[in-house]
Amino acid sequence: MADVSLKGEQRVFMTGNEVCAWAAVAAKADIMYGYPITPQNEIMHYWTRLAPKYGKRFLQTEDEISAGFTTLGGVISGRKAFTATAGPGNVLMQESAGMAEMMRLPIVYIIQQRGGPSTATVIYAQQETTLTTFGGNGEGHRIVYSTATHQELFDYTIKAFNAAWTYRFPTFVLGDGYQAKMREPLTIYDPEEKGIKLVKPEPLLGNTEKPDRQIQHLRNTYNTEDELYEVVMKNQRDWDKMAEEIVEWDAKGCEDAEAIIVTHGIVSRAALTAYDQLRAQGKKVGYFRPITVRPFPGKQLKDAIKGAKKLLVAESAYGQLVKLVQHEIFGSTIEIVPMLRPGVGITTEEILEEYNKL
Amino acid sequence: MQELKENNVLQPAMPASWNEDTKAHKFCPGCGHGIILKCLGEAIDELGIKGKMVFGCDIGCSLLAWDFFNVDTVQTHHGRTTPVITGMKRANPDIIGVAYMGDGGGYAIGSQHLFNAAVRGEKITIILCNNCNYGMTGGQMAPTTLPGMKTETTPYGRDVEQAGYPTKGPEMVAAVAPEGAYVARGTIANPRQLKGFIKKALQNQIDGNGISFVECLSSCPTNWRTNAKQTWEFVEKDMAQFFKVGELRTPQPKEG
Ligand SMILES: Cc1ncc(C[n+]2csc(CCOP(=O)(O)OP(=O)(O)O)c2C)c(N)n1
Ligand code: SF4
Repeated sequence: MADVSLKGEQRVFMTGNEVCAWAAVAAKADIMYGYPITPQNEIMHYWTRLAPKYGKRFLQTEDEISAGFTTLGGVISGRKAFTATAGPGNVLMQESAGMAEMMRLPIVYIIQQRGGPSTATVIYAQQETTLTTFGGNGEGHRIVYSTATHQELFDYTIKAFNAAWTYRFPTFVLGDGYQAKMREPLTIYDPEEKGIKLVKPEPLLGNTEKPDRQIQHLRNTYNTEDELYEVVMKNQRDWDKMAEEIVEWDAKGCEDAEAIIVTHGIVSRAALTAYDQLRAQGKKVGYFRPITVRPFPGKQLKDAIKGAKKLLVAESAYGQLVKLVQHEIFGSTIEIVPMLRPGVGITTEEILEEYNKL
Repeated sequence: MQELKENNVLQPAMPASWNEDTKAHKFCPGCGHGIILKCLGEAIDELGIKGKMVFGCDIGCSLLAWDFFNVDTVQTHHGRTTPVITGMKRANPDIIGVAYMGDGGGYAIGSQHLFNAAVRGEKITIILCNNCNYGMTGGQMAPTTLPGMKTETTPYGRDVEQAGYPTKGPEMVAAVAPEGAYVARGTIANPRQLKGFIKKALQNQIDGNGISFVECLSSCPTNWRTNAKQTWEFVEKDMAQFFKVGELRTPQPKEG
């Protein structure tokens, strides 16, 4: 692994998984709990190499259910705790995410998507978008950042810890197998040196430094319908308020665009290059990318598509992003042209080809 | 200490760690959970660890204890109490963490967590209520249902050919845990002894030795459909015959 430090800004050339481990150190995460699954394994490998040098801890659990719940335990103890997984592991971790939603526990999950359903491929897909955004038996009270570059993996992992501890919703960094395994340049840094305030964690239970503390009872079981209604509605109100503050997106050329390419995650890199090339040819094309896929920048998308006639929605899944888009722009008569490639990557050339068929 | 309150009624002694606002407790009359928890409460008092305690309870009737004590409490998912308390303890080794669950939570859905926590020698205390059935969901077969015992899903009695033999949890934990473990099986029929086991299990955690596990033979008259006499007979005779009460592991004395 790269021999670097977080002093000042450093230009580095790393794999995405290595970036995640460094980002967790930069975010002052205290402890990782994990269970191996490809393509996220090296996050654990790098973390366990960094951990002793930075006074951090690690536990390899017996499965992802345990990794999720031990991480929740770490969070309840007031530590910045996180875990990482993919595919079927992500499925198992949703149980803990549900408890985090109910109890408002600031857990951070790094997801490096692979193919699905079931074990599928260990390489790449965007097939965990639905699972990661709405994976529980509830309303999806969570934050999901969909990254596209290694720089974003670093920036948004730091951001994820801050958002989780500010708003107390489970927070996901949604990467993928390509990001996990490929190497590219980025700048790593100590966020505090750059003036980014790191939110301090605090114990929710078991504050052993304050034995006379006010006793707390955390629970996720309720006796009556009304009791549950109150709790979920409060969470919904908090989530709505938070959503406006944290929603992120990127849009280019939508003002005069006739057709807009909508993508998220790494596919948006292909889309951005396609956009640049088409614009250079004088084509009236637009580019829209949700960075938070939950909360989804629905208002922003609606604004962006006002003058356009077509949306080209490209994703490495069979309609998971399309569903989110349809839901958010409900009522609009714009034509949606789907470009759906479950489990395979999407290149600039392929997007150009589809665009030219519009 | 028993004391006379204003109206000259003799009050039973309650552990100081009990949350008096939530008493009388919510378990069915004759349920063993209350006795186990009273033993735990007294042990917490006697060890003076209230300020360091985190009590975790499972789904199942143990969830009714979510506000039972005047100590920090987390009530979690079915079978996941062990990893939650493990995660807390790993993140803050100063806490005294107790995972409280039923036989379903510990030996069925959460068995891999129990087994692996035992193998790793997690420095937590696990207290498991063995009432030979799934209480909260209405009396189905549990891993601990006795051979021939009738439950909602074994209406003709547990057939060991089909369903296997009851799980012997303490024997399993004792077999796989590394040195420093404390493992015992108590019974609500002998609360004094049970409290002693629980106290030792907590002390073992305080001493930082290894995993501490206490199974408690307990009653579920509601689902057993037993009257008081039959309930006690079942606990004291049938259960105790199959599940031997006593200490299975004590921490090795430290050398030097
Ligand atoms: C994932 C999941 N599966 C099933 C249930 C339903 N359930 C609730 S309590 C319980 C059984 C509890 O039995 P036990 O652990 O023995 O505790 P007891 O109620 O007997 O004290 C079950 C299966 C659940 N809550 N969650
Ligand atoms: S159902 Fe059984 S275990 Fe549950 S509270 Fe009633 S008696 Fe106790």
